[in-house]
Amino acid sequence: MKWLKVCRKDEIPERGGRAVLAGGSRIAVFRLSDGRVVAVEDRCPHKEGPLSDGLLTGATVICPMHHWKIDLESGNALPPDCGCVKTYETKVDDGIVWLRL
Amino acid sequence: METKKKLVMIGNGMAGMKAIEEIIDINPDLFDITVFGAERHPNYNRVLLSSVLAGEMTVEDIILNDEEWYRKNNITLHLGKPVVEIQRGYRKVVAADGTTAAYDCLVIATGSKPFILPLPGVDKEGVITFRDIYDCERMMEASASYRKAAVIGGGLLGLEAAKGLVNLGMEVTVIHDRKTLMNMQLDEVAGEMLRESLEEQGMRFRTSTLTKRILGDDRVRGLEFEDGSRLECDIVVMAVGIRPNKDLAEGARLFCNRGIVVNDYMQSITDPSVYAVGECVEHRGKTYGLVAPLFEQARILAYHITGQGLKTYTGSVVSTKLKVSGVDVFSAGDFEGNGSSDTVMYLDRKGGIYKKIVIKDERIIGAVLFGDTADGTRLFQMMQDGTDVSEQRSTLLFGNTMLGDAGHSGLAQVSMMSPDTIVCGCNGVTKKMIEDAVVKHGLTTRKEVTGCTKAAGSCGGCGPLVDQILVSILGSSFARSANAMPLCDCTELTHDEVKEEIRRRRLLTVGGAMRALEWKGEGCDTCRPALNYYVQSIWPKETSDDPASRLVNERMHANIQKDGTFSVVPRMYGGLTTPEELMRIARVASEYNVPAVKLTGGQRIDLLGIKKEDLTAVWRALGMESGYAYAKALRTVKTCVGSRWCRFGTQDSMGLGINLEKMLERVWAPAKLKLSVSGCPRNCAEASIKDLGIVGVDGGWEIYCGGNGGVRVRVAELLCTVRDADEVMEIAKAYVQLYREDAHYGERTSVWIERVGLDRVKRAVVDDPQSRGALAARLDEYIETLGEDPWKARIREEEERPGMKPIKIDARAVNE
Repeated sequence: MKWLKVCRKDEIPERGGRAVLAGGSRIAVFRLSDGRVVAVEDRCPHKEGPLSDGLLTGATVICPMHHWKIDLESGNALPPDCGCVKTYETKVDDGIVWLRL
Repeated sequence: METKKKLVMIGNGMAGMKAIEEIIDINPDLFDITVFGAERHPNYNRVLLSSVLAGEMTVEDIILNDEEWYRKNNITLHLGKPVVEIQRGYRKVVAADGTTAAYDCLVIATGSKPFILPLPGVDKEGVITFRDIYDCERMMEASASYRKAAVIGGGLLGLEAAKGLVNLGMEVTVIHDRKTLMNMQLDEVAGEMLRESLEEQGMRFRTSTLTKRILGDDRVRGLEFEDGSRLECDIVVMAVGIRPNKDLAEGARLFCNRGIVVNDYMQSITDPSVYAVGECVEHRGKTYGLVAPLFEQARILAYHITGQGLKTYTGSVVSTKLKVSGVDVFSAGDFEGNGSSDTVMYLDRKGGIYKKIVIKDERIIGAVLFGDTADGTRLFQMMQDGTDVSEQRSTLLFGNTMLGDAGHSGLAQVSMMSPDTIVCGCNGVTKKMIEDAVVKHGLTTRKEVTGCTKAAGSCGGCGPLVDQILVSILGSSFARSANAMPLCDCTELTHDEVKEEIRRRRLLTVGGAMRALEWKGEGCDTCRPALNYYVQSIWPKETSDDPASRLVNERMHANIQKDGTFSVVPRMYGGLTTPEELMRIARVASEYNVPAVKLTGGQRIDLLGIKKEDLTAVWRALGMESGYAYAKALRTVKTCVGSRWCRFGTQDSMGLGINLEKMLERVWAPAKLKLSVSGCPRNCAEASIKDLGIVGVDGGWEIYCGGNGGVRVRVAELLCTVRDADEVMEIAKAYVQLYREDAHYGERTSVWIERVGLDRVKRAVVDDPQSRGALAARLDEYIETLGEDPWKARIREEEERPGMKPIKIDARAVNE
């Protein structure tokens, strides 16, 4: 596992997400309303919708395809749906977003 | 640490526990809760007792909250301990076994007891009431050793009891004092048909018969009636009605009339620290015995007791359904009518179908349906909404199976549907899945069903069907008026209340509105886009867009597809294009390897399968305006070629269509807006299924509105006829602005017009020139605030600050 540099924090839209390609995986990084940056696999467990295009509310993203709600801290889909995505460790250092892969 | 307030609940029935559930839902940490229940069983669904008696369910099946649930929610539960005294001076209650509990807030939910006729001999063995699990058990026991049963009372409860006893193999005679069965819910015709149908199922009846006394020694042997005749029987079930349990409250000097009298917050009018809910309550002179109003009361109580605001209970209109298999009966409101009302009726005695709707001042005030009750939910909804039915009198009785409801025809008969029938086509939810969820989790509203199963959670087209399934299981209607429904789970306010507050308090941003209106959390994908629309439509000059509150399509200005790529539809005014445009489109399609090029229903061209990162380049290469094919905004104006080319054309439909589209392009609306213009009454541009459809006639134009060709087909209605194209433009402006201001977010014009009535639209847009002028002026002002074409804006932004491309990181770039 290594820390990789992603982008400046302000390159992610406020209360929004951005897709990141790293090696073979596609990762969604989000900038939450409380300022935190979190990252999960950019594939909804339902039908692989791009979560990075979803609507953010608190630490939950709502998939743009069929409105599944994914908790970004645990990676779990919220009931009544069932499923999960991989979560990634992130940190912000001096305005720069890092991802641990 | 602050000590919690103590809440004591007397009564462990459906209304009381619903109130507790609602309170916990609002704030689980507010109260220390203690519940006293007189019965030994945990809380169960009393509505389903008749199903237990009929052998369709077991006692376990109808338990709502098991003891584990109480433990999990830290509720102290005293089962089998009836409270015998409330000491208001000391704020404590005393149970029969001496248990006491102090309270800060007290809720009385003691329910009701069966009324027992004061007949000689009622104390004999074998006289049973029908109220709780114990009664059910006694009836089931009796059926094992006896054969003949008499049920006194031909109302809802009596008939359900009688049916249960028939199922248990007994010979049952129902004795009713009136001529008509279920006379509280049915008129004479329906009562008569019900009797015939139940007789076919083996029940016997003696109507217009008063019982004089109960015969027998220790045990019941028979009944003697006022006319001297007798009936042999081994058990007597007394089901003549219920009386609120108010003795306890009266003993504590709380004011009671027929029940415990409460105000609109469900507080006793004597003592504000005492609340009451359910069948023991009298509110505005009425007592209720059906579950829907009781749940409504429970919600209001929870809201007030937790200090959440000022919602009030203003009474309920109730509807009833008899839960006897093979007999469909529905009744609501004032089903008899009087001199000032009139009636629409359909009667087919042989076919066993009877429908009657009572109308007063063009509003439905009551209905009785027998044999075919599929329309019950719809009629009850119209009754609650106060829908103007003047235009639909001739089709009112045949609603759901008629033209205009194509999406639902044939499905409406819930009872005929097999368990595997897909109810929600969007989410693949079957009838059985919904029924199981309702029974297992004790669901009572469409919203709860959606939360549990996702049914009706997407296009919403099956919502009415879900309501009907609820009705068929629970026996009375739970449909609540859409007007009174909160916008979403994040607030208690309705669409109209939210709009009013935004206007009154000058709320200019989504976040500001959520803070001012005490939103729960950061909103959801229902309320955030709605708020974003409302603040901008109400304060067009003062606000700016909040992209984080837009769903992906409107944020991207393109339509997301199933594989995450997007589709691009450039604008073609009036469906007209040029060779140059077509060549540009062709070049872009081949250059970017666009996998599919498709003609749309709105007379334009769709480029499908474009990657997000290619969108700006595609837009730039096209050099055309966005067609807004992704937006709740003006979509297209479809036209026929009209008098410019067609030998039948009487008007220049292409010219008018292009002008309309240029005027209204980029105008956001509560939902998508589709227009069309036809040049003659042959109507090739299909104006009759458009939100606004114009049809050229000789010497003028007919303007139609509120049409829809989608989920639920609706034929547009004639708004007015005008002489020239300028007038069409003026009417169109006023109509679109009225819709923008008046409709709920997400509500198409068809639904909106059904809700508010065509008359209201006509008055504001056609009849009153001042109102029309003001609406048109407001739209003009709004249009001035619209910026440039969004694709052009995005092309520039992307050059300055790329945000559409995924960020690529080199997995080898390591920082130690």
